[in-house]
Amino acid sequence: MSSSIQPEEKKPFPWHLIVFLGPGLLIYVTFSVYPLLDTLILSLYQEQSGESYFVGLENFVTLVTDENWSSAFWNALSNNFQFFAFHMLLQNPIGLILAVLLSSPKLRLAGTYRTLIFMPTMLSVVIIGFVWQLILSPIWGISEEFLYNIGLGQFFDAWLGKEGSALVTLSFISVWQFVGIPMMLIYATLLNIPDDIIDASTVDGANAFQTFLYIKLPLILPTIAMVSILTFVANFNAFELIYAVKGALAGPNFSTDLLGTFFYRTFFGFQLQQGSSTMGAAVATLMFLIILVGVMLFLFFVQRRIQRFQF
Amino acid sequence: MRLTQSFLSNISVRNVSKSTTVHAVLLAYTVIALFPILIVIVNSFKDRKGIFRDPLALPTSDTFSMVGFEQVLLRSDFGLFAWNSIIVTVLAVGLVLLLGAMAAWALTEYRFRTNLLITFLFAMGIMIPIRLGTVSILRLMVELNLVNTLTSLVLVYIAQGLPLAVYILSEFVRTIPKELVEAARCDAVSEYRIFFSIILPLLKPAMATVAVFTMIPIWNDLWFPLILAPSEETRTITLGVQQFVGQYVTNWTSVLAALTMAIVPVLILYTIFSRQLIRGLTSGAVK
Repeated sequence: MSSSIQPEEKKPFPWHLIVFLGPGLLIYVTFSVYPLLDTLILSLYQEQSGESYFVGLENFVTLVTDENWSSAFWNALSNNFQFFAFHMLLQNPIGLILAVLLSSPKLRLAGTYRTLIFMPTMLSVVIIGFVWQLILSPIWGISEEFLYNIGLGQFFDAWLGKEGSALVTLSFISVWQFVGIPMMLIYATLLNIPDDIIDASTVDGANAFQTFLYIKLPLILPTIAMVSILTFVANFNAFELIYAVKGALAGPNFSTDLLGTFFYRTFFGFQLQQGSSTMGAAVATLMFLIILVGVMLFLFFVQRRIQRFQF
Repeated sequence: MRLTQSFLSNISVRNVSKSTTVHAVLLAYTVIALFPILIVIVNSFKDRKGIFRDPLALPTSDTFSMVGFEQVLLRSDFGLFAWNSIIVTVLAVGLVLLLGAMAAWALTEYRFRTNLLITFLFAMGIMIPIRLGTVSILRLMVELNLVNTLTSLVLVYIAQGLPLAVYILSEFVRTIPKELVEAARCDAVSEYRIFFSIILPLLKPAMATVAVFTMIPIWNDLWFPLILAPSEETRTITLGVQQFVGQYVTNWTSVLAALTMAIVPVLILYTIFSRQLIRGLTSGAVK
């Protein structure tokens, strides 16, 4: 926006504005904004034999209290929080360590490491899911043999097939794939830290670890916060990995069900249960609210508190 | 003198061992990152016996076999799936770039009443996933008679890609000196020519970054092809592979070949464009 205030004068109708902004805005509003708002409204309706009628919050009450729905919903929600917690505990710390190592001064081959470690992030989640399904498969036995070779053979199990370990295993796969994102973003921030700040701390007698803890870490906190919110949104919207590896039923016994797969099943139906677009809309609305709350918390607390560290 | 010397050599020894540790850790993680992918690619060139007898071995003259690839090409229309993916991705990315650049220019350059509202609307789209509107998108596509067409995918992907494109390109438009545009206006150059002959060429480097960021999620997406265009003729490569692997899950040679055919083109493209992508990621364009 131009900041200088121009004198008001009668201008011809700004056709160029319509030409520039119109097409993009039209497509964005029609296929993104409108469907989202329509979904929020649809969640307040129910449909029976083609007629739809307003039911207020009934769909939501059904979702969180009805015995046919609520256990599946709470299960998916709690799994989703575990999935997210795993990413926060593993993906970001590993990404941070890799970024710090990559940014060590005069490191040879840094570009090669960076390119290669980022590679899995580029591939489709579906493909990665299948690849790991093969690698972990007891039929093929690659991981079993590997564990025997390093003396941990007795710990091998069909992790993806067991109720207790399937979600954790899928979280590991997802972390493995996306560790490149925190690594890359934190690495970029580390490179941008001015050398004289680091030099000053060295002159003051700080060792490498102190320099990291007191100089670098505060400066990369905003990036870590941003990575966290990106991870949050991506995790609460995840679908492909579970669908590819475990199918829409998110087995065994729904132990890998996330909100994304729950949404898909609710909308399209599965086994004996018929799909329902209004219930699907209700699930999508709850997902929207969860993501919105997460983003708001990020904007209002994290972003504001770390602002003073920004350079 | 001797003291200084021993001190210095001490430091360099410490530095060497430190840099060895750094290399060891990074190398180990690189192996972790690449091993699963490589093992799939290597085994796709082996026969069934070779795959199971020694998964870690490279294909030998005894175990080398392309039977998996033959089966995949015979049983599914991989060429068509790849072609569909290319059409959808190229059209969507091209339109995101053009419409995104025009919108970014309009929102940054011109003052009008709804400017802030529209900017906010686009900004919301960066964080709120378009998937949440799927129920209504599907209804809309049914009404528009666009189900099972590539057009439906292109439209949705444009809507998905625009917010980030507008955001990044707006940041770049702000760095263009005002004098450039003012001078052109003084010469009575039309607003359209200002944009297409002055601004658009200047946006090229930023547009390359946006292109990469827009392309990856579109190419890799399973959700919208699965819901909007699952028919055999409109299947994209990601959906095609998913359906194929789901169907022939016990046929190891085919599954490995199908995965390899999906992985290798992306890896080649990535190797070519990785510098561009990494520069985009590290230039702060997505801060």
